[in-house]
Amino acid sequence: MATRETSKVPVNLDINGEQYDVLVEPRRTLLDCLREDLGLTGTKRVCDVGNCGACTVIADGRTGYSCLMLAVESEGLKITTIEGLAGEDGLHPVQQAFIQEDALQCGFCTPGQVLSVVSLLERNSDPSDEEIRLAVSGNLCRCGAYPKIFRAARTAAQIMSSK
Amino acid sequence: MTTATTFVGSSVKRVEDPEFITGSGTYLDDIKLPGMAHMAILHSPHAHARIRGIDTSKAQQHPGVLAVFTGKDTAGINPLPCAWQAGGVENHVNTPHVLASDEVRYVGDAVAVVVAEDPYTARDALELIEVDYEPLPAVVDPEKATQEGAPQLHENAPNNVCMRWTAGNQEATDRAFEQAEVVVKQRLVNQRLIPTAMETRGAIGSYNPGTGEFTIWMTSQAPHVMKLLLAAFVLNVPENKIRCISPDVGGGFGSKIFCYADMALVAFASRQLGRPVKYVEDRTENYQWTTHGRDHVTYAEIAGTRDGRITGLRVRTYANLGAYLSTIAPGIPTTLYGRMVPGVYKIPATFVEVLGVYTDTAMVDAYRGAGRPEAAYLIERMVDLFAREVGMDPAEVRRRNFVPPNEFPHDNGVGMLPYDSGEYEKALNRALELSGYPEFRREQEEARRQGRLLGVGLSSYVEVCGVAPSAWIGLNGQGWGAGLWESANVRVHLTGKAVVTTGTSPHGQGHATTFAQLVADELGVPMEDVIVEHGDTQGTPFGFGTYGSRSLAVGGSAILRSTAKIREKARKLAAHMLEASEEDVVWENGRFTVRGSPESARTIPEIALAAATGYSLPEGMEPYLDETSYYDPPNCTFPFGTHVCMVEVDRDTGETRLVRYVAVDDVGNVINPMIVDGQLHGGIVQGVAQAMWEQGVYTEDGQLVTGSLMDYALPKASMLPNFELDRTVTPTNVNAMGAKGAGEAGTIAATPAVVNAVMDALAPLGIRHLDMPLAPEKVWHAIQERSASQKEER
Repeated sequence: MATRETSKVPVNLDINGEQYDVLVEPRRTLLDCLREDLGLTGTKRVCDVGNCGACTVIADGRTGYSCLMLAVESEGLKITTIEGLAGEDGLHPVQQAFIQEDALQCGFCTPGQVLSVVSLLERNSDPSDEEIRLAVSGNLCRCGAYPKIFRAARTAAQIMSSK
Repeated sequence: MTTATTFVGSSVKRVEDPEFITGSGTYLDDIKLPGMAHMAILHSPHAHARIRGIDTSKAQQHPGVLAVFTGKDTAGINPLPCAWQAGGVENHVNTPHVLASDEVRYVGDAVAVVVAEDPYTARDALELIEVDYEPLPAVVDPEKATQEGAPQLHENAPNNVCMRWTAGNQEATDRAFEQAEVVVKQRLVNQRLIPTAMETRGAIGSYNPGTGEFTIWMTSQAPHVMKLLLAAFVLNVPENKIRCISPDVGGGFGSKIFCYADMALVAFASRQLGRPVKYVEDRTENYQWTTHGRDHVTYAEIAGTRDGRITGLRVRTYANLGAYLSTIAPGIPTTLYGRMVPGVYKIPATFVEVLGVYTDTAMVDAYRGAGRPEAAYLIERMVDLFAREVGMDPAEVRRRNFVPPNEFPHDNGVGMLPYDSGEYEKALNRALELSGYPEFRREQEEARRQGRLLGVGLSSYVEVCGVAPSAWIGLNGQGWGAGLWESANVRVHLTGKAVVTTGTSPHGQGHATTFAQLVADELGVPMEDVIVEHGDTQGTPFGFGTYGSRSLAVGGSAILRSTAKIREKARKLAAHMLEASEEDVVWENGRFTVRGSPESARTIPEIALAAATGYSLPEGMEPYLDETSYYDPPNCTFPFGTHVCMVEVDRDTGETRLVRYVAVDDVGNVINPMIVDGQLHGGIVQGVAQAMWEQGVYTEDGQLVTGSLMDYALPKASMLPNFELDRTVTPTNVNAMGAKGAGEAGTIAATPAVVNAVMDALAPLGIRHLDMPLAPEKVWHAIQERSASQKEER
């Protein structure tokens, strides 16, 4: 065990505006670090190889698959996970819109879908249908909620532009 | 406060959502127990091989490894059970050992496990286990597996046949074919699908040496059944010493109904190590050893008259069951498929023969629809081929052969329970009208003149759900190894807050919402005062779980039985409180009033307080409002509808574009239209995906080609059109709600609608049938071949 412990390295992570100091193996993914070391289990593991989008986080304004990011290379990035979206004044408009449009069923791909839409709307407040499709095309949903996810994205854009 | 009788029938937002949308749901892999160790499983890389020896010494010495187990260590664990054998025939049963010790029979068969301090170490150590395999010949195709000289999987199943099962009247059917004016034959392949729930499967075992009790968390659709099977058949532990818990479950689609080796292995490892042990499969494992679905090869024949009447249907199906029998595998291609092949049509003579076949592939069991999609695909393709042969519009042929509305209950001639109710033509007409079918036919004619390939496909389906009356489905009937009733407990606490516990076990369907809607209306309380609990065998009454679109029709009925009992007791107590005679107390607007004096009333929360304190109860009445019911349905339910799909096929690339998709479904009365629409959407996506993209592929020597999300063609957001949904409502009299079930309808209907549309588009080229999936490459090849042969003909 001792040899393994010494192979760990210290990392400082900025997650949802909070600073975390953790010791991780260099091979530890950001996904494992979030889930196992920081207890932020809202980020989901589905494929672990960048095929599905369930582990999507926003890093410095861009969506990324946390299963393809190492914890050690995430130092210095401002990372948002699903846990960081709702504020004191309640749910994020995208979260509200997902509920309103029934855009989730089993909930397992949902954090990734929501973050992809959040990231899209941060870059583009009035996306076209095609841009919405593209934004979530890297997020698989086996419950087949896609049509409702598109609707939720449009509804969220409306909520955000009316604020 | 919202008043009563307003929830049922309205699109109430899901109470599940706030948790899921913030990432605060608790799924299996989110659970961390003190001292928890992690298990990884070594799977066979060979489709068929003898195990000559296993050397685990290096793995055992790897730092961080707590234990390595092989089949020798787990010899005291029984093979997994098969709980649904094909009814009325002999089944040559072979089920898997939790770890194979002498022979492996598919890529994915479990051979050894490592338990370590963390999952990384467990996986590292797997690579240090040395297994000496002697490869053997393998077979993956269910038809080839039955032929002379094919590799044999099990001694007790000659020619790899697990069972031969028939239904219907063979003599009458043969006669119908002898006398037929038209006979159409087609070989149909209903390809293997891989369910691919987003959450992979897993289990956590925790053994308490002080009490001898096991707690097993599992990603299960049926935790009570798992408790029963693990206790009575696998682990030989008293049933009251196992507690199974399904936390939030991230989709199942059938694949999480079954009893899997890892459930027993985590329990075993926890007892050995004295620590909780977690196993979560990775995506590759999910593809390799979690059950697959469908995989039929069928020879179908339809007989009829020149004027479009169907007079006979003859079916011979090779159903691939995989290397061993999964928990309910034999029941799927028999009771749920064979007994549904006549579909919505009144066919005078039908005969079905099903061979259940072992092959060197992952076990095949229920996947969304389970048997009914295969049946609907078969009959809907055959009806289209028949329509083409007699030169009639497929809509007209359907119309001519529908079971008419005045002939229900309808006996379909192959041993299914009588269809409860149906207005098949009404749904067809609505779908044709909504989709603009006649206009599309004119547009299609014009397009064909320009050389464009437009097509429209219909699918008029019926399915069986709300399974099932125990006396029919059980051991003396269809072979199911227990009952199939459902349970519910409803309690109203002192403060008027209600808790419903159900034996069903949702995994994305929104039961906590739908069930709360039912109960809030029945008790006259706000929905937020009703909480639905499920999935923990401690604290919920035994129930058979969630599958077969049964949770509302059967589980919801059990809930309504319990609320009726509560209302009956509350009425007695209300009469006592109001000093009125029981006969004068009536339920009105969500409360009890005395007939003639509406000002004196008692609500359920007021009565619950009186019942819980017990200060003044009628003579002989027990305190508390707390009622449990076990509901065994008198019949199954039979939802139906018609889907219309319009496509354009690109002649140059073979690519199919979905132009429009219109679905008219009749699922009886609807409790929450929003949730039902979501179920239909999801079902249609999976049905379309089978027609167009998905296929579980093995090489001839049994290597799984589609072992990742890169290789298995799960539909993406950009691949689907908007669906236009509509409903007709034909209530059922099978249950008090008049509800039929909606979880699988979309999947059942969509596949043939899409394939029929593509075949219609390709009709001008003389292409009659292509097997799924209708990927561009396959369609392009077919177009090229036809074009070449048409040139030669000229």
